Amino acid sequence: MSGPNEPLLEVRDLAVQFFTYQGTVRALEGVSLSVARGEIMGLVGETGCGKSVLARSVLRLIADPPGKITAGAIRFKGRDLLTLSRREMRRIRGNEISMIFQEPMSSLNPVFTVGSQMLEVVALHQAVGREEGRRICVEMLRQVKMPDAEQVLAKYPHELSGGMRQRVMIAMELSCRPDLLLADEPTTALDVTVQAQVLAILEGLTRQRGVAVLFISHDLGVIAQLCDRVAVMYAGGIIETAPAGAIFAAPRHPYTRGLLHAIPRIAARQESLAVIPGSVPSLVDPPPGCRFHPRCAERFFPCDRVVPPFYEPAPGHRVACHLHAGEEGRRSWERS
Amino acid sequence: MRIVSYVLKRLAYLVPVLLGVTLLVFIISHAIPGDPARMMAGQKASREAVENLRRSMGLDRPLYEQYLRYLAGLVQGDLGFSIRNQRPVLEDMRDFFPATLELTLASMLLCVTVGVPLGILSAVRRNRPIDHLSRIFSVFGVSMPVFWLGLMLLLLFYRHLGWLPGSGRLDIGIDPPAFVTGIYLLDSLLAGSLGTFRNALAHILLPAFCLSYVYLAIITRIVRSSMIAVMGLDFITTARANGIAEIVIISKHCLKNALIPTVTITGLSIGELLGGAILTETIFNWPGMGKYVVDSVNFLDFPAIMGFTLVVSFAYVLINLAVDVVYAFLDPQIRY
Repeated sequence: MSGPNEPLLEVRDLAVQFFTYQGTVRALEGVSLSVARGEIMGLVGETGCGKSVLARSVLRLIADPPGKITAGAIRFKGRDLLTLSRREMRRIRGNEISMIFQEPMSSLNPVFTVGSQMLEVVALHQAVGREEGRRICVEMLRQVKMPDAEQVLAKYPHELSGGMRQRVMIAMELSCRPDLLLADEPTTALDVTVQAQVLAILEGLTRQRGVAVLFISHDLGVIAQLCDRVAVMYAGGIIETAPAGAIFAAPRHPYTRGLLHAIPRIAARQESLAVIPGSVPSLVDPPPGCRFHPRCAERFFPCDRVVPPFYEPAPGHRVACHLHAGEEGRRSWERS
Repeated sequence: MRIVSYVLKRLAYLVPVLLGVTLLVFIISHAIPGDPARMMAGQKASREAVENLRRSMGLDRPLYEQYLRYLAGLVQGDLGFSIRNQRPVLEDMRDFFPATLELTLASMLLCVTVGVPLGILSAVRRNRPIDHLSRIFSVFGVSMPVFWLGLMLLLLFYRHLGWLPGSGRLDIGIDPPAFVTGIYLLDSLLAGSLGTFRNALAHILLPAFCLSYVYLAIITRIVRSSMIAVMGLDFITTARANGIAEIVIISKHCLKNALIPTVTITGLSIGELLGGAILTETIFNWPGMGKYVVDSVNFLDFPAIMGFTLVVSFAYVLINLAVDVVYAFLDPQIRY
């Protein structure tokens, strides 16, 4: 059973593949990640690096076919989610683990009212009557600072703005008091001002209720502002995890450094924007060794041969890069 | 309330539409060569007799006068007298239209009760055996000529197997039920005579299937493709992530969205069936409007042709209105 020190969510050596006409896409390989109770964990990376696949895998929402979780374990409160029956999985979805998606415009069903959609979820996971369910929905909408919460229940999604819809989503997904919220770029599609409001609501509510969040974004600014810890993904794998402060103050992986360097700064008055040369590799035929090596300015002899293991250059700061190998690591390359 | 005023408004539009229809049909049917008076009097009648007949039928008057006279009758519910059989056209309509309506409704019932579930099943089990079978069934449906299908059905179920009757609406010797709607299946139930109902049902099975097959095939394909399109949308992932059971997702969340294009096609099909069941009615000797209008055209029976056109356009407009009202229930984004 889960002890107090055990992480709420622990993903170990997860591999997900998609079987397409172009070949087998190795979308995730050897991904390990843990999220503690009440922690906000950031997950950053470029588009297509596997962030969403990772989040969807946790809820087993990868469409099969074409996708399949081919290896690994996802332990949640001590149980391996990959071994649960569909029925058991359904009891977890929306109840113990819930998820918010990027597109508030399309993630609510256009032909049902907000109230009926929220009520459906509440009634599914909680033994409450209609009146009580309705009360919970109204209360949740108030919590996300929705004006006229009662009236909103009778509205259809198209009658609400993007920010309001995303708040409805947050209200709906937190209505069953989950332990973990997977937030897949929840503010990317919103205007900057609305984005700040929604983030504030999301952070306030989850902190207050002790909900752990896996917050996916490609916006480093948002991550810095919100998260306790950060994991950086590249081409289907996690390459660095560290406390948020450490990632921004002392990034270890050349990719993370490049990523941070690529943020334009007003004070620096750069003539041109910094970029990481090259482009994201194909996941059908990824480069051998470290997947980042073709674009890495600091690569040396083991990089195109040996997949780098995780090193821990500072407590709680793990990085998968040969630059941080100690003596032992060097000896192991020479043997191979 | 909005919808009531909308329906009233649309009903008011019926007047100009029907006026336009009468004018159009009047002009076209008088522009085609042929002389109804001569047709009626017969080849051997004297010139004088034909002229007398023409005068007594009012066919010697100027065209606009004939038209106005027709309209004046129409307002009083008088569709004129059939040139062919001297009976009021309205009475002919009362005799023939219900038979066609019954056949159309039975066909549509088949389309919806078979086509919609089959389409859903195909979408859910995409590219599995049941999908392939339904595809074959549909391709057959759209590519088989109606007259050939009708003959094959007769050959198999009437001639060889002897399971079903081959022509007419009832066996000879069975009296039609008392006239309420003119639809035997309904009237017999209203009269409480189950035997007549069963006999009428047996008679309608083959022609209804023959007539519906093309539309059944189309509806199956439309439902399949719109279901597949909806199943890929974000809000379906949301529903799954909330732990809603797959069967509920398919039958509630997907279907309501996918029904909108289906309703369009169904409405159009009913309209087409009402006016276009001529082949089927001929093969199965079904005493409906199709046969009636072909005979009328052959005889240049203007009042009958106009009566038929009016009734069909009237029905067509009503069906379109019904479709638009159904839209409003399915899609809250439609505003009137």
